[in-house]
This record gives sequence, structure tokens and C-alpha cells, in this order.
Amino acid sequence: MIGALIVRDARRGFTGAAWLPIVFFLLVATLVPFAIGPDARLLGRIGPGMLWVAALTAALLPIERLIEPDRADGVLDQLHLHGVADETIAAAKIAAHWLTFGPLLFVAAFPAAALLDIEGRSLGRLLLSIWIGTPGLAALAVAVAALTAGLPRAGAMAGLLLLPIAVPLLIFAASFSADGGNQAMALEGTISILLLAGAPFVAGAAIRASRT
Amino acid sequence: MKALLRFEDVALRRGGRLLFEGLSFELSPGERLQVAGPNGSGKSSLIRLAAGLLRAERGHVERTPLALADDAPALDRELPLGRALQFWNASPETAMDALGLSQLGLVPVRLLSSGQLKRATLARVAASGAPLWLLDEPLNALDEDGAKKLGFLVERHLESGGAVLAASHQKLGGEWRKLELGQ
Repeated sequence: MIGALIVRDARRGFTGAAWLPIVFFLLVATLVPFAIGPDARLLGRIGPGMLWVAALTAALLPIERLIEPDRADGVLDQLHLHGVADETIAAAKIAAHWLTFGPLLFVAAFPAAALLDIEGRSLGRLLLSIWIGTPGLAALAVAVAALTAGLPRAGAMAGLLLLPIAVPLLIFAASFSADGGNQAMALEGTISILLLAGAPFVAGAAIRASRT
Repeated sequence: MKALLRFEDVALRRGGRLLFEGLSFELSPGERLQVAGPNGSGKSSLIRLAAGLLRAERGHVERTPLALADDAPALDRELPLGRALQFWNASPETAMDALGLSQLGLVPVRLLSSGQLKRATLARVAASGAPLWLLDEPLNALDEDGAKKLGFLVERHLESGGAVLAASHQKLGGEWRKLELGQ
């Protein structure tokens, strides 16, 4: 059931609007040189941080379709009746969401980095920071989606909830991709793992609480 | 014979309002029970409580594996009906036939009418193989033919040792034990 759920959610993600956050990410990357000017050295210095801000805001876009449609449609109830724990549902949704978000963002980072004059080793660090950080970001997105499912103006609420909690991830991901300290990488990885470990329980409890 | 569903002195409160208390009943294999009562008397809540989706304020509920049909079809809207049903059960064909849906297997769920969607929801329950069926307003949106087909399915399910708990304010086909709420 869990494998089937991951496959189903990933398929729904790809047939839905999986490209939307990616296009948004690229759009922000395109805007930065217009706003800052074409100074390659400056762009190269602030580029990785800007791309992480773009990734974070892009992660907000799919939140409303992660949990709410399945809650409204009774899918979460039926999974519960099939004996699937709410935490397991959440974990499967995190895995599926990462599949539709992480790899695409990774690919989109190449053109985005080119726009901001990020090259060579710092491009390598940026890509590595995306691999390390996006699982945590996906976990956070699913947890926030579960917490806001069914609320009026859930989208705006989700932004207010997700962005502050994502600040530690942003700090270490951006500092690792900017100057490449190993410590920053270790801390980014730690935060990503903490988010991955905690999110299924938060999301599971939120799903349970939303059952009325 | 072991009961498929047992309520023992159950009370349920929702939104600060006590819907019922001291409710006890048993549902044995081959039995069907209709929960009746006016709007807002707690019929759907009782069904959700029986399913384990709500928790009782007091008392004890025991249940066997069950299948639930309510207003939420829980079928992927963009998939063809056959494949959407297959997510829950590997072979839904017999149940689809029994509800007159065999022609609709390739039609996307989002294009189905509300009556067809109700039939699909019931097909999901019929295909589940669970001994206990919980049906919340099963006649909503069903036409006469659909109601008759549901009647056949219920009969066959009871003959094979299953039990059905249905919430409805309408008259259901066949002989039902009644449980009146809101008196």
C-alpha cells in the first residue's frame, strides 16, 4: 500500500503542476540580474543565497495540493480504514513530493546558476546543497500542508508557517553553497534529517486532528 | 456467533453537543441495521464512529475489518474509473458489473455524474471483501435501478455472512432492523 501510495502521489504530482514551482524558481533567478545589475562578481557572490530564497518560495506553491484534496475527497479516511497509519501516509507523501520537486529543482539549478554566473566549484557546492536540503524542504512542506489542510486561506497561512521554520535550513544551505564550509554542510544535513524525522509525526498528528 | 460490530454504552459529543449516549447494539453476520432519524441527529457521526474515524466520548466500540461508503468517493478524479478503483482493490470488475458500471471503466472519474459516482463508491465497498459494510446515505443520487442493484448486492453480502450498517432517512429495500436516533 505504501509503495502504491508513493507511486500514486508522484504520478499526481507530475500530471498536475510539478513544473510550476520550477518555472517560478527559474523566473526568480532571471529577475535577480535585472535587479542587481550585470556585475558578474557580485552576482556570483549573492547568487547561491538568492537561489535558495527562490527555492524556498517555490516550495510554497504546491502546498495546497499536497494534503487538502485527499482530505476533502476521503482518501485519507479510506487509507486509515485500510490500516495505514497517518504517519505512514505522511512519510509516503513526503517521499512522493520530494520525487516531483527535488530532481526537477536540481536540473533547473543548472540554467539558474548560469544566469547568476555561478560556475565551477561553487556550482558543485550549490548542487550538493540542493541534494542535501530539498528532502528536508519537502518534509516541511508536507507537514505545513497537513497543518493547514481545510483552513480558509490555507495558502497564505502556509507561507507564514513554513518560511520561519525554514530559516535554519536556508542559513546553512546558503552559507554552504556560498563559501563551502564543511561545517555548514554538516549542519544543513543535520537540519534536513531533523525535518525528515519530525515531519511525519507532525503531519500524522495533524491529519488525525483534522478528522471530524 | 461473534458480532461484527458491537457498541457498548457509547456516548458521542460533537462541537459541544451530546448527540447520543448509552447506545448499545450488536451486529452479527447476516444482519442489517438502518440508522434512521431527522437531519442532524447524528446518523453520519454514528457511521464515522463505527468506522473508527471518530472517537467516542464514553463507552466502547469493537469492530471487524470494514468498508465505508460516504459522500467522499476517494477515487482519483483524473484517472479512468477502472484504474481508480484498482488503487483500493486489485480486481473491482465483478463489483463494477453488479452496479452497472462495466461500460464506464475507461471514463475519467471527474466526468461521472453524481449518481454514477455514488455507484462507483458502492462498487469500491462491494469489491473490498470486508465483512462489515458501513453505508452513509447510500440512496443519495441513486436512481431506481441503482437502488435495486444496491439491494441485490446487500442481499448477497448478507448471505455470505456479512453485515451492513446503513444510515438513511429514506426507506431502504428489504427488511432492516431500525435504530432511531434523535428521540
